[in-house]
Amino acid sequence: MRAVSTIHGRAIPLGLKNVDTDVIIPAHWLKTVSREGLGKGAFETIRQAPGNPFDVEDFARAPILIAGDNFGCGSSREHAAWAMLDMGLTAVIAPSFSDIFSGNAFKNGILAVELPQDQVDRLLEVARTDPITIDLDNQIVTTPFQDRFAFDVDPFRKRCLLEGLDEIGLTLASGDAITHHEAGRAQDLPWLDCPLAVSR
Amino acid sequence: MASRPRTLYEKIWDAHVVARPDRTDSDDTCLLYIDRHLVHEVTSPQAFEALRLAGRTVRRPDLTLAVPDHNLPTTARLAPDGARLPIDDPQSAAQLAALERNAPSFGIRYIDAVAPEQGIVHVVGPEQGFSLPGATIVCGDSHTAAHGGVGALAFGIGTSEVEHVLATQTLQLRRSKTMEIRVEGELGPGVTPKDLILHIIGVIGTGGGTGHVIEYRGTVFENMSVEGRLTVCNMSIEGGARAGLIAPDDTVFSYLKGRPYAPQGEAWDRAVEWWRSLRTDEGAVFDKSVVIDAADVEPTVSWGTSPEDVIAVGAKIPSPDSFADPSKQAAARKSLDYMGLEPGVAIADVGIENVFIGSCTNSRIEDLRAAAEVLRGRKKAASVRWAIVVPGSGLVKRQAEEEGLDRVFTDAGFEWREPGCSACLAMNPDKVPPGERCASTSNRNFVGRQGPGARTHLMSPAMAAAAAVTGRIADVRQL
Ligand code: SF4
Repeated sequence: MRAVSTIHGRAIPLGLKNVDTDVIIPAHWLKTVSREGLGKGAFETIRQAPGNPFDVEDFARAPILIAGDNFGCGSSREHAAWAMLDMGLTAVIAPSFSDIFSGNAFKNGILAVELPQDQVDRLLEVARTDPITIDLDNQIVTTPFQDRFAFDVDPFRKRCLLEGLDEIGLTLASGDAITHHEAGRAQDLPWLDCPLAVSR
Repeated sequence: MASRPRTLYEKIWDAHVVARPDRTDSDDTCLLYIDRHLVHEVTSPQAFEALRLAGRTVRRPDLTLAVPDHNLPTTARLAPDGARLPIDDPQSAAQLAALERNAPSFGIRYIDAVAPEQGIVHVVGPEQGFSLPGATIVCGDSHTAAHGGVGALAFGIGTSEVEHVLATQTLQLRRSKTMEIRVEGELGPGVTPKDLILHIIGVIGTGGGTGHVIEYRGTVFENMSVEGRLTVCNMSIEGGARAGLIAPDDTVFSYLKGRPYAPQGEAWDRAVEWWRSLRTDEGAVFDKSVVIDAADVEPTVSWGTSPEDVIAVGAKIPSPDSFADPSKQAAARKSLDYMGLEPGVAIADVGIENVFIGSCTNSRIEDLRAAAEVLRGRKKAASVRWAIVVPGSGLVKRQAEEEGLDRVFTDAGFEWREPGCSACLAMNPDKVPPGERCASTSNRNFVGRQGPGARTHLMSPAMAAAAAVTGRIADVRQL
């Protein structure tokens, strides 16, 4: 995973609620076998509307997106995170995120920063003219003004992000614990082990 | 920990924790063992590729099952001489070929596109007895929640997590909060599990279950068939919950018994004994609780572009001003604009041009029977341009054909297709044209979900059949 610490730059003030992953990347883009190049399809339907925030010159390659409640709801497609990364987004600020999206974002080193609606509203205002800073280490979002908004982050995720840890590598390091669990499971819940032993 | 009364979810969770971090706080990330992993063509290629690049193998291919469904066309797959027909779209063909290659090269059992058991991954799992009560089940698809209908803890994951499960058979997860949705009483005539779950999402909202795992409880679920339970749990994700489940009981056990991957003999007896212990303890506390009276549930349809935008079929399309929250007002205005609808109009007056009966929500045999019952001896209205039925699996298709349901559908003017996701999502050739309306038994009415500009109205199979016959959204009880 990419290591992440501080993200500083312009933020696209989208503000919409319930941005689902079909909106972030429509299904016809999912026929790929690669993670690359999905930025072209990111937010396709929104970007087709004239005067949308993605069209504003100042926000080209902006690293931050600000959205409304329940960002990333719907389909589990990680293509949503890949598409956002491909268009240069490395952080999203919203009042809430879908559980699956926040997991996908994390795996790709995208910060999903949850802040209360009034703070998000304030950032939407600032974002129109000024940059925003997200400091992961200190868990704080700041603006060039007086704003200092603290946010929560899971300690495990924080460590992975700051250190750019390979999560699979970490888990494989617990290989003994997994093997131990499998042995207990084979003893106590043996039917869980042999589903494919039944031949067709 | 065992002395405290626990919910069903907590019992399954506790039985699968491989390792806890040193901290004692149960909210921290745990390593959770995964019993069953279903793999399909769209969310897996990048995971297999990453494994290959890292020189990693699949830890438990025996607990993994692969089947293509999402972008597979639902037209005939075999020529009359039995030869495989090619897939026109080169990208879809390449994605399918990737799964066909990846599964055997990592030792994973693969159900071929033309195998009799092929179907939508969430129909195949329970049908094959691969999905079992008390098991942790994952798939790179958010509707994995469906398998909670057999009493499993099942949830959708992203591709990096698919890779993680393939490599380690575990996931790093934080425990969710618990939520109870209790529905007592009896559903009225013509009211189906689909109507119930649409109604529930209308009540709790699309964010109502965020961060929670839902347990559906009460007499309505106890009396519900496994098919119905799968429909309900399937749409937990539309209510924001990553998983939803129902305590397994004799209905589930008799559904599973004898299925190909279900345990047999002595293993079956031991399994049932454990499964019977999988109930929420008396006195266990849920973080959130919602009670719904079954008598309040009517045949329900969606009017907007979010699954929470639902009303009873007899109701009028709401005015955006009727919502308290200003951002919901704005969203409703956008929805109505996209849907081409006016507030105050009776939803039952809205004409439709397309009908889609299928998807992992409503493509099992019971669903097809319910739709066929409405269609028997009737024809689709002349204004209905396109009507298709897409069985959830080859086995459902065969069963339906044995019962003569295919003839009922084709006589009514429907196309009878091969199993797959079809018009549930616009990534295979089955799409709804821009600006047209579709009565759909699927689960998402998002902007563009059934095709760019397509307007989706979610409803039950019987209601979709009624819409086909009348050419508009119609109350099936009045037919
Ligand atoms: S039928 Fe629709 S919702 Fe179900 S798995 Fe397929 S695409 Fe997803």
